[in-house]
Amino acid sequence: MLSHPDLAKLIFGRLTLEALPLHVPIVMWTFVVVALGAIALLGAVTYYKLWGYLWHEWFTSIDHKKIGIMYMILGFVMLLRGFSDAIMMRGQQAVSFGASQGYLPPEHYDQIFTAHGVIMIFFVAMPMVTGLMNFVMPLQIGARDVAFPFLNNFSFWMTVAGAMLVMTSLFVGEFARTGWLAYPPLSDIMSSPDAGVDYYIWALQIAGVGTLLSGINLLVTIVKMRAPGMTLMKMPVFTWTALCTNVLIVAAFPVLTAVLAMLALDRYAGTNFFTTELGGNAMMYVNLIWIWGHPEVYILILPAFGIFSEVTATFSRKPLFGYASMVYATVVITVLSYLVWLHHFFTMGSGASVNSFFGITTMIISIPTGAKIFNWLFTMYRGRVEFELPMMWTVAFMVTFVIGGMTGVLLAVPPADFSLHNSLFLIAHFHNVIIGGVLFGLFAGITYWFPKAFGFRLDPFWGKCSFWLWVSGFYFAFMPLYMLGLMGVTRRLSHFEDSSLQIWFLIAAFGAFLIALGIACNIIQFVVSFKNREALRDVTGDPWGGRTLEWSTSSPPPKYNFAFTPRIHDHDAWWMMKKYHWQRPLSGYLPIHMPHNTGAGFFMAVLSFVLGFAMIWYMWLLAIVAFVALLVVAIGHTFNYDREYYIPADEVGRIEQSRTDLLASHV
Amino acid sequence: MSDMTTSMTPGSGGRTEQLLFHESTDHHPANGTLLGFWVYLMSDCLIFACLFAAYGVLGREYAGGPTAQEVLELPAVAVNTTLLLLSSITYGFAVLAMQRNRQNPMLVWLVITGLLGAGFITLELREFAHLISIGAGPQRSAFLSSFFTLVGTHGLHVTCGLIWMVVLITQVLKKGLITANKRRLLCLSMFWHFLDVVWVGVFSFVYLMGVLP
Amino acid sequence: MPMKLLRGLLVCVVFLLAGCQTVLMAPSGDLAVQQRDLIITSTLLMLLIIVPVIVLTLFFAWHFRASNKKAHYDPEWDHSTILELLIWAAPLLIIIALGAITWVSTHKLDPYRQLERIAANRPVPADVRPLQINVVALDWKWLFIYPEQGIATVNELAAPVDRPIQFKITASTVMNSFFIPALAGQIYAMPGMETQLQAVINAPGEFQGFSANYSGQGFSGMHFLFHGVTEQGFAQWVQKAKASGGDLNRDAYVKLAAPSENDPVTYYATVAPGLYRAILTRCLDPENPSCMTRMDLSPHDSGDSGAMLRSGQANGMAASATHPHSD
Repeated sequence: MLSHPDLAKLIFGRLTLEALPLHVPIVMWTFVVVALGAIALLGAVTYYKLWGYLWHEWFTSIDHKKIGIMYMILGFVMLLRGFSDAIMMRGQQAVSFGASQGYLPPEHYDQIFTAHGVIMIFFVAMPMVTGLMNFVMPLQIGARDVAFPFLNNFSFWMTVAGAMLVMTSLFVGEFARTGWLAYPPLSDIMSSPDAGVDYYIWALQIAGVGTLLSGINLLVTIVKMRAPGMTLMKMPVFTWTALCTNVLIVAAFPVLTAVLAMLALDRYAGTNFFTTELGGNAMMYVNLIWIWGHPEVYILILPAFGIFSEVTATFSRKPLFGYASMVYATVVITVLSYLVWLHHFFTMGSGASVNSFFGITTMIISIPTGAKIFNWLFTMYRGRVEFELPMMWTVAFMVTFVIGGMTGVLLAVPPADFSLHNSLFLIAHFHNVIIGGVLFGLFAGITYWFPKAFGFRLDPFWGKCSFWLWVSGFYFAFMPLYMLGLMGVTRRLSHFEDSSLQIWFLIAAFGAFLIALGIACNIIQFVVSFKNREALRDVTGDPWGGRTLEWSTSSPPPKYNFAFTPRIHDHDAWWMMKKYHWQRPLSGYLPIHMPHNTGAGFFMAVLSFVLGFAMIWYMWLLAIVAFVALLVVAIGHTFNYDREYYIPADEVGRIEQSRTDLLASHV
Repeated sequence: MSDMTTSMTPGSGGRTEQLLFHESTDHHPANGTLLGFWVYLMSDCLIFACLFAAYGVLGREYAGGPTAQEVLELPAVAVNTTLLLLSSITYGFAVLAMQRNRQNPMLVWLVITGLLGAGFITLELREFAHLISIGAGPQRSAFLSSFFTLVGTHGLHVTCGLIWMVVLITQVLKKGLITANKRRLLCLSMFWHFLDVVWVGVFSFVYLMGVLP
Repeated sequence: MPMKLLRGLLVCVVFLLAGCQTVLMAPSGDLAVQQRDLIITSTLLMLLIIVPVIVLTLFFAWHFRASNKKAHYDPEWDHSTILELLIWAAPLLIIIALGAITWVSTHKLDPYRQLERIAANRPVPADVRPLQINVVALDWKWLFIYPEQGIATVNELAAPVDRPIQFKITASTVMNSFFIPALAGQIYAMPGMETQLQAVINAPGEFQGFSANYSGQGFSGMHFLFHGVTEQGFAQWVQKAKASGGDLNRDAYVKLAAPSENDPVTYYATVAPGLYRAILTRCLDPENPSCMTRMDLSPHDSGDSGAMLRSGQANGMAASATHPHSD
């Protein structure tokens, strides 16, 4: 018989009531707000009887377009969380001088900057990039879905499960206080005995499964499912960057999985990979995590480069300048991204020759990147540049990104890095490339493809408000950090002695406030656009005069994407079709083979969440139950052979007829 | 919107169509499962690469504990290796039988493969139990941590392969050698041979080189 | 448009002027001065290409705007071999120049390298030996041991002006980074490992030093003052430490190493012999099974301390080889 405390321990592990932040007012208020919001949302869904619709049309959907949209929603929601962390940090650093300790004690502040980094990279940038690739890429290559539609759904829900674990850490227990890469020995069980690092490990492992599978999926889709005639050198540039990004995902994420597994073993099983005792080597962790971490940067930026390429060509009314050199530049960046990881820790003392090798390889990456910038520049040259919102983001990107690129190359000079490493200069640099590159790219992409996804454009007025607030907010928030870096101010400090620095932090906080307004405008933009959707409707399917295949189908596209598989003769396939006055066929429809929806991915992700939560809190019994259940559902799913069905030709005809009518009514 | 888009509306075409821009027959892209699985294996290969790298870094960090020479027993591992190599060959026979659509011989070969794999796992677990019993568990030193993790990860993969094999045998019994099952058998075949190749690496890198002075 | 540009330029100038007074742009140690020069050289070199790109971007975007019907429009133009060669060659040339600078300067400013000069045109006098300082990053304070003077301090550092200093750096539990911006670049402080920094301070004064790598709860308070003083001033400072009377024996060290935040400056008149090496090799408790395991302590390929440490470890090995691990 088990005694009472033993039983409680078996069921609840180390989770006690003390893990709930009942004594931390900020967190409790956040919890109340989040809980009220959730109740309101769930109530509304129930009231409008939307559960069935959501379940059948979205949660279980294996349609790449819907999954792409769900990824974007996840990314946007997590952006709100990640940004709340950012503005709390800016607030703390703006007031915590001399006698004032600010409003965040270190144990709270340290969680916030860790969560900010983890969330922004893994649960904002990654889902948004994956979401855009998911939505756009199959349309661009003329495919009806991705290679493994079920895996796609499963990948998405695994990413959600990871995100939910991070969110749970806000209210149950705590998040890691180690910085976003959780370097040991700080992250080992001796220095961080609480559940924070375990939340970190399990959230990233679970989301990592999703990312890896999605990488394989999209890679195979591009290799195997291109429309006839689309050779590699006729693929749209966004598809090229998606290909390279997914190669990077497949080749980089296993390293993260392995290194986090070793860290988990150190914490759970008492092994000595990264400990200071018994022969462990923490430097190995730093090396391995950056072997993943540096390609990760390119996983994020390459699709953004692809977006800018599409946008520049479309709005300059010209083909992209130097398509071939653009492709080669992308491939060169992909390969080189594996040869630079050590530039993240020159200061570890690797020796001058090793340091200069990695410094120089880093600089070499700026050559293809520079070539890309020039290609966009010469795409505008002799064009007719229309300043629609996506193009505005692109110009802002080009100006901002080259500054970030320059400071990046500066940091790649090892002796300069000895002075600037870990300083706010570094923070300014990577926000300069990630906001100025990835985020501006995502905003350009969202505005550009939004009408394709929903059938109406985004309201330009609120979009422009958001644009100007974001761009000016960025400069206000991060230029002072470059200055502070030159003043020798290091990162992750929650308190400063020297009050002469305060003015710079106040300017930065003002910038963050402008960005907050920018985000508010984003939200208003969505609401206003939805309300005015009739006025903003895109009936043609080609609102911008696009060049690539996704614009040849209706907005939003039918679930089968293309009634007839397109045949490709050159890049800018749709532009060519328009040039040759292609007639949309109005008869001769065939039944279309499509995959069935399934809830298996959702359930497996829920079980993974439970498994992760149980492992974090040492609830061994629950962990075993969840693991076995996960195995059973996964195996059970393989017994389902009936995964596809045919959309009858009649139904295809009906859907296409309605489009014909719509086009005719708006000539 | 733009003046370019009007050409899409029916009836406004100007030039005669010279190029065909769509397929008027049913178009099926090639099945990507085998490629996808192969890509997955390559990513798995990278996990092993990391564990090999960790072993390479930590493999001589004995921390005053037992050394590789002291604890690794080549004869037992030789038997182990033989079992796994044999199982790769028997899986090969299973695939040959599958290609000739001979279900029962295929199943027999699969069962033999499974038994050989189970033998491998049993021997490996015995080795682990022995090491732990003499105080050479994974906590003892960085060398033993990386050793247990590398060899154990391979063993975990073999275990997954065994579970998968059981599932596939059931599915073949239920549905026969249909296309989907054949594809799965080929995936498992790649998985199994992959594990064999990884084991050759483990055997040479950990065991053979470990007992060298 | 021009007004806006002018305003932008003004802001930039103000920015640059403010930048000139920052510690990294106006340092007091020769190594940091050379790093500053390198930062400026590299930036100027890159501006050669960055400025034209920014100007061209804005100019093209403005000139080729759709409403400007006078601008030349060439809807099919998407290739020019000459231009493509140029756009690859231009960054390539810059990077070749910068790469050469990088290779040379990385070797010249290697923190492990023995100093050859104490300032521009002032070689190190032949009879001057570098001042030895052993640095230990603790949770969350800095311990400085002066082996020649036999003293130790917490959160305060002093060195005579124009005398080369050799820092040997390690940590007790987690990773930190030892950084005095006015003196020289930073280097990590890692437990069980030793890094080095060779530097010199050229001007008297008080300079900020701190940990530049986040190390947990008390990280923000982990700063110290570095005093650049005259030789006499240094001797007085050593005397002050000796007069304080504290004794840093192993027990005192263990007490000191326990986590604490915002620690006051403390002086120790004496230091237990071999304390630094014991911390580095994790042999404070000679029965610790980790004690003898660190065969290669220095992550640096040219560290000369390896052999010494290895011989030091032999004792530890003998002491604990028979000791079973009880975990």
